[in-house]
Amino acid sequence: MKPHTLSILVENKAGVLSRVTGLFSRRGFNIESLAVGPCEEPGMSRITIVVIGDDAKVEQVMKQLNKLIDVIKVSDLTENERVERELALIKVTAEQGTSRAEIMQIATIFRASIVDVSPKSLVLQVIGETDKIDALEKLLRQYGVKEFVRTGTIGILRGSKIVSAQK
Amino acid sequence: MKTGAKILVESLLREGTEIIFGYPGGVVLPIYDELYDSPLRHLLVRHEQAAAHAADGYARASGRVGVCLATSGPGACNLVTGIATSYMDSTPVIAITGQVPTNLLGNDAFQESDITGITLPITKHNYLVKSAGEVSRVVQEAFYIAGTGRPGPVLIDIPKDVSTGLAAEVKLPEKVVLRGYNPTYKGHKRQIEKALELLGHAERPLIYAGGGIISSNASPELIEFATLASIPVTTTLMGIGCIPCHHPLNLGMLGMHGTEYANFAVTECDLMIAIGARFDDRVTGKIDTFAPHAKIIHIDIDPAEIGKNKRVDVPIVGDVKAVLKDLLALMKKQDAHEIWVKKIKHWKQHHPLKCPSTDGLHPQFVVRTLSDLVKDKAVIVSEVGQNQMWTAQHFCFHNPRTWITSGGLGTMGFGFPAAIGAHFARPDVPTFVVAGDGSIQMNIQEMGTVAANNIPVKIVILNNMYLGMVRQWQELFFDHRYSYTEMPPVDFVKIGQAYGIEGMRVDSPEDVLPAFQASLDCDGPFVMDFRIEREENVFPMVPAGAAINEMIGGHPR
Ligand SMILES: Cc1ncc(C[n+]2csc(CCOP(=O)(O)OP(=O)(O)O)c2C)c(N)n1
Ligand SMILES: [Mg+2]
Repeated sequence: MKPHTLSILVENKAGVLSRVTGLFSRRGFNIESLAVGPCEEPGMSRITIVVIGDDAKVEQVMKQLNKLIDVIKVSDLTENERVERELALIKVTAEQGTSRAEIMQIATIFRASIVDVSPKSLVLQVIGETDKIDALEKLLRQYGVKEFVRTGTIGILRGSKIVSAQK
Repeated sequence: MKTGAKILVESLLREGTEIIFGYPGGVVLPIYDELYDSPLRHLLVRHEQAAAHAADGYARASGRVGVCLATSGPGACNLVTGIATSYMDSTPVIAITGQVPTNLLGNDAFQESDITGITLPITKHNYLVKSAGEVSRVVQEAFYIAGTGRPGPVLIDIPKDVSTGLAAEVKLPEKVVLRGYNPTYKGHKRQIEKALELLGHAERPLIYAGGGIISSNASPELIEFATLASIPVTTTLMGIGCIPCHHPLNLGMLGMHGTEYANFAVTECDLMIAIGARFDDRVTGKIDTFAPHAKIIHIDIDPAEIGKNKRVDVPIVGDVKAVLKDLLALMKKQDAHEIWVKKIKHWKQHHPLKCPSTDGLHPQFVVRTLSDLVKDKAVIVSEVGQNQMWTAQHFCFHNPRTWITSGGLGTMGFGFPAAIGAHFARPDVPTFVVAGDGSIQMNIQEMGTVAANNIPVKIVILNNMYLGMVRQWQELFFDHRYSYTEMPPVDFVKIGQAYGIEGMRVDSPEDVLPAFQASLDCDGPFVMDFRIEREENVFPMVPAGAAINEMIGGHPR
């Protein structure tokens, strides 16, 4: 069992997301993260899904995804050299005083930026791989994480290889 | 400008639809109005589930796309079991449902149900049509999707204002092109060569033939391939009919209620060629002990089936007809596998299917009598349960598409309405439905349909006053505790009479043949209520979870 990052190119049509996610839930997969948005091809969207599962089961879902009429291309980025990123917004309790300074220091180390400041809290924006975001959230817990929002992982292959509608 | 309803009916006709099975209601009124004076024939059923099964039966018997129609909400929901049945057996069906007007979608409007949502996991694809201008394209696509590749049901949901809305003629493409749908028809040459290499080295090859052979009309190629290469063939429940029952290489059905010799052959073969089959658990029994000594070649149009349940050595993705043709073209002179074929012949002689010879009316005898009488001149549809297995085992099928049964979903209530659909596909031969007393009561209201339209479906009820297949399991695996499986006696002949259908009750073996003859002499529907031995079992049987060669109720080995 390991995480798989699947990049799924779909027709941008009503219902396509539930078609795709339905295939996962039917097979007992829990989706770790999900990100959807338009892509380079007009009329298409890209869905990036991270699931944890054994290779054979993931391969079976990929084959089932390929059978959906509105799915154009499915690939498992995990098999290749890739860049994966996620963006998170973290609202941390930060009273005036030492904790506020500490949090700002931590932010610097993680290259996170402070995107909102109020008397009782700070909002940090961080970009990175899942592990990095998890690590930052863990560190901030001692100060009190009031809200933790993340986009879900997106990924892209390194080099000139692409996941596109064309072969 | 034309209404969406008119465009729909014209589109169906353009796709070659002869008949649709349906049931009206509020939001499909505009469509029904269009049907009123249309050349497109419509058969009014008595329950929407029957419309879906009839469309399916029509599709299975003809190889063409079957069409059913229902209103929104309850009508659409009543189609669901039928759609799921088609999905599991990969049959090409178009289900058209009415929907509440687009401005009310999602408002819990009267008779609204999210039928595209409900059928998402049981359709090959579905559409919610948003404007009249889309109707013709959607219908064209739906037929293309349902009938090509691995066939399957497609649902088209049409809101009322789309039916009444106006649109100009749309120019449709000659050929449908969908970016996300490109089935592979031609098998990979190198894989085909590899398969032939394996075959060249095999001493005990076996073909495991499934419903894919029927749906791709590949029966002639299969028989040629098996014969030229001297490979015995066992068929799945869905594959029955792809090779004639009396063909010397045919081993009959494999699996849970398969023949002993088919299951022995699976266990001893050194090469298994799976064609249009999917290693279903009712076939394989305990998967690890299925074909334990065999290398496996798997030919299927659906890449998702390959390696799904069993690891294969040579996968070939493609239309089985095309792949078999390529195999035949490249095949060199083949070994006759004499020792193997002889061994199988020996098994066949010493482990035949049993037909009890004690007094009383035995279902096996009923089925065999029908088989001997009609030979290859009938379409036989079954319900689900013991009746289905006895028919699969004891009826001698000669041709593809003459055996119609719900395999994957095992839907009680499928048989009778599917037989109605099958009749419209094959009006040239009589259609019989072999039913259980339980199953027939799941759609017995269709007696109204066959009576009103004088549809000559012959209803054979193997009446054991039990949900027999479940009772059999209770007898064998639950210590004879018959929990809620007994059915009080029903006089089916009288029920038939109430609908105006002729019939006959049969209590003894001498009356079996005369009853079948009477049914054939009658030019309309006919009910036969066979009061069979109540606790007859289906044997042989592989208990759930056992290896396929560990059968009970067979011959001593
Ligand atoms: C719709 C549906 N409900 C329940 C079942 C479970 N089931 C399988 S066989 C069977 C008994 C069928 O009884 P009957 O039609 O009398 O056939 P018999 O086995 O007696 O020949 C049942 C209840 C089913 N297959 N389909
Ligand atoms: Mg019964």
